[in-house]
Amino acid sequence: MGLVKKWALQLKKHQFLFEELVKRDFKKKYKRTILGMLWSLLSPMMQLLIMSIVFTHFFGRDKPHYTIYLFAGNLTYSFFRDSTYGGMSSLMSNAGIITKINLPKYMFLLSKNVASLINFGLTLIIFLIFVAVDGIAFSFKFLLLLYPIFWMIIFNIGCGFILSALFVIFKDIQYLYDIFTLMLMYLSAIFYYTDTYSEHVQKLFYLNPLYVYITYIREIIIDNMIPDMMTHGLCALYAILALTVGALIYKKYNYKFLYYM
Amino acid sequence: MAKIVLNHVSVSYIVGDFSTVGLKDVIIQKIKGTYSEKEFTAVKDVSFELEEGELLGIIGANGAGKSTLLKVISGIMRPTQGTMDVQGSIASLLELGTGFDGDLTVKENTFLRGAMLGYTREFMNETYHDIISFAELEEFEDRLFSHLSSGMKSRLAFSIACLVNPDILILDEVLSVGDGAFRKKSEQKMLEIIHGGTTTLLVSHSLEQIRRMATKVLWLDRGEQIAFGETNEICNQYEKFLNGK
Repeated sequence: MGLVKKWALQLKKHQFLFEELVKRDFKKKYKRTILGMLWSLLSPMMQLLIMSIVFTHFFGRDKPHYTIYLFAGNLTYSFFRDSTYGGMSSLMSNAGIITKINLPKYMFLLSKNVASLINFGLTLIIFLIFVAVDGIAFSFKFLLLLYPIFWMIIFNIGCGFILSALFVIFKDIQYLYDIFTLMLMYLSAIFYYTDTYSEHVQKLFYLNPLYVYITYIREIIIDNMIPDMMTHGLCALYAILALTVGALIYKKYNYKFLYYM
Repeated sequence: MAKIVLNHVSVSYIVGDFSTVGLKDVIIQKIKGTYSEKEFTAVKDVSFELEEGELLGIIGANGAGKSTLLKVISGIMRPTQGTMDVQGSIASLLELGTGFDGDLTVKENTFLRGAMLGYTREFMNETYHDIISFAELEEFEDRLFSHLSSGMKSRLAFSIACLVNPDILILDEVLSVGDGAFRKKSEQKMLEIIHGGTTTLLVSHSLEQIRRMATKVLWLDRGEQIAFGETNEICNQYEKFLNGK
């Protein structure tokens, strides 16, 4: 925790740099066009459309609010994917700077995450529009969505730390991660329901952090109920775990990354 | 108040063929038992002291450890042995174009670089026009950085590093860029900076330039400190050494 506090102070000191980095990543991501921004929204929407057609028409999923169910899963998964892919390359793509100027290295990761977060925010707005169109009444409970979102941000940053460090050392991690995210997608119950499994197997799903965040959002929106304490606890636990491991790796390798760049 | 004191500083690298190594290679090598990391000492036992406003010229053949030494002083690497005391803010003048982003405009790059060197937005707003006019890039402000010629790029890099008034300025073989007129202007600017109290470290292969500008010289060879002292004395020794080769 002391480390986090130190970093927060440093972040304040480097605020100008942080802002400039965010601007840079944002401009690069969207290529300065409105279309660029639309495009990054379009891609998850198209994915949703395809999934929704495939599963409702071909596999006959006819549970209520299936599109919302799907969207909630896809929203969370896309945020994680977008954020960690950006995070993974954040050290290597700034190698020219890191090997020449002494700057806190996590700044590059955080600025990348801001760009992903903005994207997530926009998708979330569309999600809420879908929710309204689907006839789900908005309730005050929706404010609780901020809880899993907060922990998801932390979780993504933590995973980004770990991945970016691994990527500096092992250049093939990119390909392994492709396979990993694909597997994660199938394990996160994005398009299927878990209630067909035995109770034992259902519990195993909670080992997957993404599933926990997705479940939280679904319970609030679709079931209109507040998730139990365990879900709350797991949301925080996974995030803190990822951030701690990531921060320790950065601390340990701070002066060693240079050898591998 | 900038002061640099190095006390028997040595720096080691871990070397290996890292740039192409993947996780699977490491696993295979570990299984086969052929995995090895070698340590390489790039800088051995270097000691010197610099007062405020001095310009240290660092000379030596390629691979002498000059750039590594600069990395230690700028805080990117840590000495494996020895102690070091560096006081003041540091601006490093990077190699041509590194750290600049081709997709951003000249103006955006200038602010980004200023931010990296640790300056505030207010300061950059004030100094921006001086930087651009010194670099003679007024007409190119809104051009993409990748559209500049290499000479323009280095002019910009030089102008940013020099006009921000750092306590310590690190120049790694960058003064020999730009056309003749700009080179002259940049040398003049350098002298101005040094007289203003900035401590400068200059790596150059131009002995003539070192003679003209440096107040002290450090001679490195394969990481070892051959000599440190007055400019003319060391430069003469170095010249003799080069001719004797």
